[in-house]
Amino acid sequence: MADTDMATDFTGDHGPKPKKSISGRNIMLYGTLIVFAIYYLLPLYVMVVTSLKGMPEIRLGNIFAPPVEITFQPWVKAWSEACTGLNCDGLSRGFFNSVKILIPSVAISIVIASINGYALANWRFKGADVFFTILIFGAFIPYQVMIYPIVIILREMGLYGSIWGLVMVHTIFGMPILTLLFRNYFTSLPQELFKAARVDGAGFWGVFFKIMVPMSLPIFVVAMILQVTGIWNDFLFGVIYTKPASYPMTVQLNNIVNSVQGVKEYNVNMAATILTGLVPLVIYFVSGKLFVRGIAAGAVKG
Amino acid sequence: MDTYKRPSQLFRNMSAKIASIPMVMTALVIFVGCTVWTITYSFTGSRLLPKLKWVGMKQYDRLFDTNRWVISIDNIIIYGICSLILSLTIGFILAALLDRKIRFENTFRSIFLYPFALSFIVTGLVWQWILNPQFGIQHVVREAGFLSFSFAPLQSNEYVIFGVLIAGIWQGSGLIMALMLAGLRGIDEDIWKATRIDGIPLWKTYIVVIIPMMRPVFVTALVLIASGIVRVYDLIVAQTNGGPGISSEVPAKYVYDKMFLSQNLGQGFAASTVMLLTVLVILIPWAYLEFGGRKQNG
Amino acid sequence: MRLKLLAAALAASISAPAYATDIEVTHWWTSGGEAAAVKVFADAFDATGNKWVDGAIAGGGGTARPVIISRIIGGEPMGATMLNHGRQAEELVEAGLMLDLTEIATKEGWRDIVHPVSLLDSCTVDGKIYCVPVNIHSWQWLWLSHKAYKDAGVDVPKNWDEFVAAAPALEKAGIVPLAMGQQAWQTNGAFSVLTVGLGGQDLWTKINVDKDAAAAAGPEMARVFEAYGNARNLSKGSTVSDWNQATNMVITGKAGGQIMGDWAQGEFQVAGQVAGVDYTCLPGLGIQEIISTGGDAFYFPKTDDAEKTKAQLEMASMMLSKEVQVAFNLKKGSLPVRGDVDLAAANDCMKKGLAILASGKILPDGNQVLSADTQGQLEDLFVEFWNDTKITPEAAQANFAKIIGDAD
Repeated sequence: MADTDMATDFTGDHGPKPKKSISGRNIMLYGTLIVFAIYYLLPLYVMVVTSLKGMPEIRLGNIFAPPVEITFQPWVKAWSEACTGLNCDGLSRGFFNSVKILIPSVAISIVIASINGYALANWRFKGADVFFTILIFGAFIPYQVMIYPIVIILREMGLYGSIWGLVMVHTIFGMPILTLLFRNYFTSLPQELFKAARVDGAGFWGVFFKIMVPMSLPIFVVAMILQVTGIWNDFLFGVIYTKPASYPMTVQLNNIVNSVQGVKEYNVNMAATILTGLVPLVIYFVSGKLFVRGIAAGAVKG
Repeated sequence: MDTYKRPSQLFRNMSAKIASIPMVMTALVIFVGCTVWTITYSFTGSRLLPKLKWVGMKQYDRLFDTNRWVISIDNIIIYGICSLILSLTIGFILAALLDRKIRFENTFRSIFLYPFALSFIVTGLVWQWILNPQFGIQHVVREAGFLSFSFAPLQSNEYVIFGVLIAGIWQGSGLIMALMLAGLRGIDEDIWKATRIDGIPLWKTYIVVIIPMMRPVFVTALVLIASGIVRVYDLIVAQTNGGPGISSEVPAKYVYDKMFLSQNLGQGFAASTVMLLTVLVILIPWAYLEFGGRKQNG
Repeated sequence: MRLKLLAAALAASISAPAYATDIEVTHWWTSGGEAAAVKVFADAFDATGNKWVDGAIAGGGGTARPVIISRIIGGEPMGATMLNHGRQAEELVEAGLMLDLTEIATKEGWRDIVHPVSLLDSCTVDGKIYCVPVNIHSWQWLWLSHKAYKDAGVDVPKNWDEFVAAAPALEKAGIVPLAMGQQAWQTNGAFSVLTVGLGGQDLWTKINVDKDAAAAAGPEMARVFEAYGNARNLSKGSTVSDWNQATNMVITGKAGGQIMGDWAQGEFQVAGQVAGVDYTCLPGLGIQEIISTGGDAFYFPKTDDAEKTKAQLEMASMMLSKEVQVAFNLKKGSLPVRGDVDLAAANDCMKKGLAILASGKILPDGNQVLSADTQGQLEDLFVEFWNDTKITPEAAQANFAKIIGDAD
């Protein structure tokens, strides 16, 4: 296991070292990056600014202008006061439901997909490729088509309406892409490691837990990012496969944003939107560093 | 390998087979099963509930006779091609730029990646707003004195799909950038050194040496982008709701609307069968070449 | 908050004669006025000693319906659910998934109190009653802004022809003559209103009830299509999407008028406007005073739980009771389904509607005579027509006749 040490002195960056800090090339480089950064940041800026304005100001001003009078009322309303039907408790109701759905769904879908990828990369059995191809094909099936048949399958399994039914649905729909990711990653790991472990007598699970998992942090991070985003933002499955007591936060977001009221409260909508997106956003920013370090560690194969 | 015995074909690789049961079940029961189910019911006159009331090819005749479906197909082709090219290009360029040992790499990477954390519903709403001629970009530019400036893609029958594209790229290209960056970081320093010694220009190094080496990354990116394109639904609903008129309708929305708004399951299933078959025709030969045809590990 | 709930629950349990049963109710009434109307139901139901568990899903029927149907076929149904009555729930009833309300309906004499009785017919399958109609909504209204016409210096029109004639004056003053939201159901609804108003009840019945393709392609319809094409030109400059945003254009005088159902009234009320002073409502476009009688209904999925069934029946009975009908419909802005209640608190437009209803000049609603599928096709046709001036009225009529001919 000496190989892992290599990761620590790996620099992580490629390409020639820049010669001067100010050069034509650098201006081009940073210029391009900044132009793109503006494109990516503009909507976030609009969301934040709008969520801090009162409704009269929104109606008058342009959407890019900073708020004249900062108000946090839209945030309070979005979190705890906005009404859906008779329930006037905003987004807060769905937050813990979302967490309860998110954790098992992310964990189980990643465990299963990583084992799939591992089996496909290192222990190919006859017919494995056929199943894998079907799985990839599954990534292209529109979700809408599967709604009713899955209701029937869940009913027959006795899982309909419970959180575990929803966990299963997320595991199924996350499987194609995640399996592909894990398979590609495990294939790219040096075969010598695998062979050496086999010579030492490790079996299917031994190699997986002792060799593969410890070396696979980056791909686990990528998988986690994909799943957290997808599952947290899911609305359709959450509302169809569970009962109101366990509706996720996105259902409340939908209710707040889609309620046709006298005036559309853009500021509340934007605040609700940011609040709902907060969990994946935080995970992105936190795991961003892990992402890079993980990628560097993953590069030991040379 | 003398510690490992091979009793018979069936028990060979037993643990791997057991471990693959969830995958096999998903592939067979869900993906194959539901596909067969969908195709079967596309030949029925099912309305609110699935019923085996055969009507032959009637649903398909009607489908291709429907203006909205034809427009949906046109839109998804335009959106698909543009989205594929732009996502890959922007993703790769951004990753290549970030890989040039720049300052503030973490900041830039986070900025490019964060939109992916937001749902399509959010993406659609925000961009609908920014592109709104009454208070968005057009309004601001006009206020700055350019009175004849006109930029209202979402209000135009011809350009609305490009308005959607701006939002789609914004949301999805960051992830592609991250994948590409991971791929670039996986490329050995020696290769860069070798190309520098040989005096190959930078752009040529990327195109001739680096991109071919990143083939698996491109494959993953391609699958991610393409599956997103086929399923594009939420974005349209939030940003344009198919409008103006029906000029930004897409196939997945047609399927959903026919199934649940019009309560015509048969028609929805027929539309999704056509979607599935199209994907199959493109995908199977490619998947066979990419995943099935050759052994990747020795 | 929790304490309050506890106190309420305690109070309920003391005063309640029977065991409290939770009944979860799904619906898609989420706007301000709608939610207030739901509260009337909820309070009245809680007063019977049971508990209304609200399961609102915003986003309209398209979002809520797959949820409702999935829950029912998934074997975990809610206690009661709103659905548009008529043809939409037919199959669920036929599959034996809905509670038969015939017994209570007979006992309480629903056939005698529900007016028009066609509403109850829409709930009836094979002679048995499966739903409770709760309100009547009509589509055939033209809402006019007094401010817009004053600004333009012309009199407020008294019918559609005057409305069209006054349009150039409005345009000159920079006012959009006709406000129209861009959603498909709105353009479809407006078309139906024009058909009744300009073509008359017979023509409307021939096409929508008898599905007469020849009449749909005929010269009388051609005139309606021409008027509809003309209306399209009058709405240039109306780019809003929601119906209430379009209503808001009328309220603020940015538009002359809007063709919209009676629910638009709530918006004028909220804005503090008075009928006859700030706005005018013309039923049947001021040509034929006639209204359609669509509305909402509640269904009760069957359960094995006798307690639940009992509570479901109590809810059904509560929804039709006199006091609840009055209170609910005043909040909702719709007309009550009972002919024997007094709506003294109703405003002028609502009274106009009640008078027409009493006179019997009524039509069934589009949703009662056309399947959701046909409605969907019509919506696609009209929203495309409305947004693409390259499509001629003749071409649209040809497609229209085809859809009517294929309708079932």
